[in-house]
Amino acid sequence: MSEKAIQLLSIDKRFGAVHANRAIDLDVKKGTIHGIIGENGAGKSTLMSILYGFYEADSGEIRINGERKRIRSSADAIAAGIGMVHQHFMLVEPMSVVENVMLGAEGGTLTMRGMEKARAEIRRLGADYGLLVDPDAIVGELSVGLQQRVEIIKALFRGAEILILDEPTGVLTPAEAEQLFEVLAELRRQGRTILLITHKLKEIMAITDEVSVMRRGEMVAHRKTAETNPRELAALMVGREIAHPQKGASQAPGAPLLEVENLAVKDARGVMRVSDVSFMVRAGEIVGIAGVSGNGQSELIEAISGMIRRNGGTVTLCGQPVPAEADAAETRNLGLAHVPEDRLRMGLVTSFSAYESAILGHQDRPQFSKGPLIDRDAAIADTEDKMKRFDVRPPDPLLKTANFSGGNQQKIVLAREIETGPDVLIVAQPTRGVDVGAIAFIHRQILDLKAKGKAILLVSVELDEIFALTDRVLVMCGGRVVGERITDETDQNEIGLLMAGMEAAPAIGTPAEMRP
Amino acid sequence: MMETYLGLLNLLDSTLRLAIPLLCACLAGLYSERSGVVDIGLEGKMLAAAFAAAAGAIAFNSAMMGLLLGVIVSVLLALVHGYACITQRGNQIVTGIAINMLAAGLTALLGNAWYREGGRTPQLDGAARFGDLTLPFAEAARNIPVIGTFYAEVISGHPLPVYLALLAVPLTFFLLYRTRWGLRLRAVGENPAAVDTAGVSVARLRYSAVIVCGILCGLGGTYIAAAQAAIFLPNMTAGKGFMALAALIFAKWRPVAALGACLLFGLLEAMAIRLEGVPLPVIGQVPVQAIQALPYLLTVILLAGFVGRAIPPKASGIPYVKER
Repeated sequence: MSEKAIQLLSIDKRFGAVHANRAIDLDVKKGTIHGIIGENGAGKSTLMSILYGFYEADSGEIRINGERKRIRSSADAIAAGIGMVHQHFMLVEPMSVVENVMLGAEGGTLTMRGMEKARAEIRRLGADYGLLVDPDAIVGELSVGLQQRVEIIKALFRGAEILILDEPTGVLTPAEAEQLFEVLAELRRQGRTILLITHKLKEIMAITDEVSVMRRGEMVAHRKTAETNPRELAALMVGREIAHPQKGASQAPGAPLLEVENLAVKDARGVMRVSDVSFMVRAGEIVGIAGVSGNGQSELIEAISGMIRRNGGTVTLCGQPVPAEADAAETRNLGLAHVPEDRLRMGLVTSFSAYESAILGHQDRPQFSKGPLIDRDAAIADTEDKMKRFDVRPPDPLLKTANFSGGNQQKIVLAREIETGPDVLIVAQPTRGVDVGAIAFIHRQILDLKAKGKAILLVSVELDEIFALTDRVLVMCGGRVVGERITDETDQNEIGLLMAGMEAAPAIGTPAEMRP
Repeated sequence: MMETYLGLLNLLDSTLRLAIPLLCACLAGLYSERSGVVDIGLEGKMLAAAFAAAAGAIAFNSAMMGLLLGVIVSVLLALVHGYACITQRGNQIVTGIAINMLAAGLTALLGNAWYREGGRTPQLDGAARFGDLTLPFAEAARNIPVIGTFYAEVISGHPLPVYLALLAVPLTFFLLYRTRWGLRLRAVGENPAAVDTAGVSVARLRYSAVIVCGILCGLGGTYIAAAQAAIFLPNMTAGKGFMALAALIFAKWRPVAALGACLLFGLLEAMAIRLEGVPLPVIGQVPVQAIQALPYLLTVILLAGFVGRAIPPKASGIPYVKER
């Protein structure tokens, strides 16, 4: 089994001044699962886009099964037997599964006969690989895990021998990810080749045969998975050893600073998104909210921070009740800071300079004001100072926000929110799309705040993050809190089951009163 | 009784006549928007087609030549819209407005330069005008009560473009839901990236949709000038292109529903014409302007409250840019 399914020879690609891929060489053996790992912006996605015909390389050569190929469009890639499951699914939501699967491979001017064939093929693939899905279901009504199945079926339907998966587990529950890996293992058994792109070391270790590491546009290492370890891979990705911050012992919790009672939120269509949620966060404590995204976490924190109205229940900040009609400015004045889950949509204005983004929401404070005008010099000086302390690179307050990497954008938001000295901090998905080095830095900042006796509510879909930081964890499913655990007394397996809405077996050592 | 029935048939007959330009524009917009290109230039394309059809019909003394020229001019304008919106990824609204202004100005200017009658063309008559077609058995069917009369009075006796427009409805349904092209068209308006990654050219699909849009606008414009009015008058489309967009939303971008919506709007217009100067019980004589405003008023009310959620194709209005 040493035949090469894919061979890349000194692939080079520039976007203007950015050298996204430098002289990349890659060999992928047939019938293996090959991992590609690297930080955001390391050039993994660009490389895969070249392989799938989204871009053409400036120079270099692609060989598929030993044969030189020119791949200039997705149609070329499909013809060469390459299929791709994109990170953001390429599905047409209002259409049915079968329509999505046959799109572009209809097999004739009229769709009738092709549709019957596709339906049969979907059933066959479902049976062969454990990819069961109803061919006539509307894609938009399927769960994310099932939508991903449709994407895999789409690729297999086109006869893909080589399957590229770009960050496939980002949106899945642990159980769904497990199922996906079983499917991948089955595909490997049947001789297909899989390229798995991820930033999760655990997945690389769990399923791949070989792994290649990318850093800053270069392929820096190839390893057999059996002959490496997560520590070495992490160091290769970042180019240095990373010191992960330690959680430290739990302190005796202080007074409750954030109290939420029976909170309810309805969406615009009147559907309950959050129902009957109660909890408290004490001083010097980090409470995590775990859950598959879309289970009410977003609505919960937006209601607490005053971005949307709550439809019932009470919120108390530092002992003071928060009025139902309070907006984000009012909750901020009561001592709340909020690092929103989507920094590009809610945290920053990407077309602003960094200093403008860094004072957003605080522009009326006397230190940034000159009468009715903004004191530009003061704002720039303040931002420069924050950038130094938060290690934002490049430390240029005049650079457009959009031009910073995800990790550095997140540091700008974090600096802005932390520096006001809040008593309560809500952080949502603080390390989504953030590279490994910045993750460690951001985690350290959050732990520092805890040491200073602040109350922190951490919402994350990454269980690793929940376990690395929190003292207590609440699990949300279907808009309700379905379980609460002391972090040190539970494990990812139990939390994963709760996230999936399944009744977890009582954890050993969990006091009875902690069970839901 | 017979009298009332004939009156009703008469009303339905003019409903159909008034609905045809709307239907052409509405289906045209359906193709364009289903592919992801918003077209508020329907009005301008119809107006330009109306002028070209009238001028062509006069020059060649042939209504069919008028139709051909009307369609050609409309398709050319559609291609301008397509080039700006698809190839150059320009703003679709701005381009649409530009086409409307261009058509309004250019038709009046050329009309005045060529015919020197203040922008209008001479009356079209004889072979230059589409004559009414009598469908087979229409005269024989007239004697069959109710259905036969309906067939003879309402269905039969219209010029060719009416039947072409009506045929376009089932044809559109078939194309959209039974063919490969239709599947791709529906997909590209929702998620062009899905079509692109499936190995199908987004630009080619959208151009094909925009061309079909041009053909239908050409048919609608030709009908107005070379069949309905038998003359070209400046600005004679009178907002029909915009009404068609409203009908399209009302129909939720579906072909058969589009026919229904256009017929409803046609009926409102026909009733408005009928009610002019007629004293109504209780209210008395209603001012002409109020009656004329009725279709528009009802459009607003219908769109605001009775359609439910009308969700447009998700990618309509957004130029497609490849990204990773």
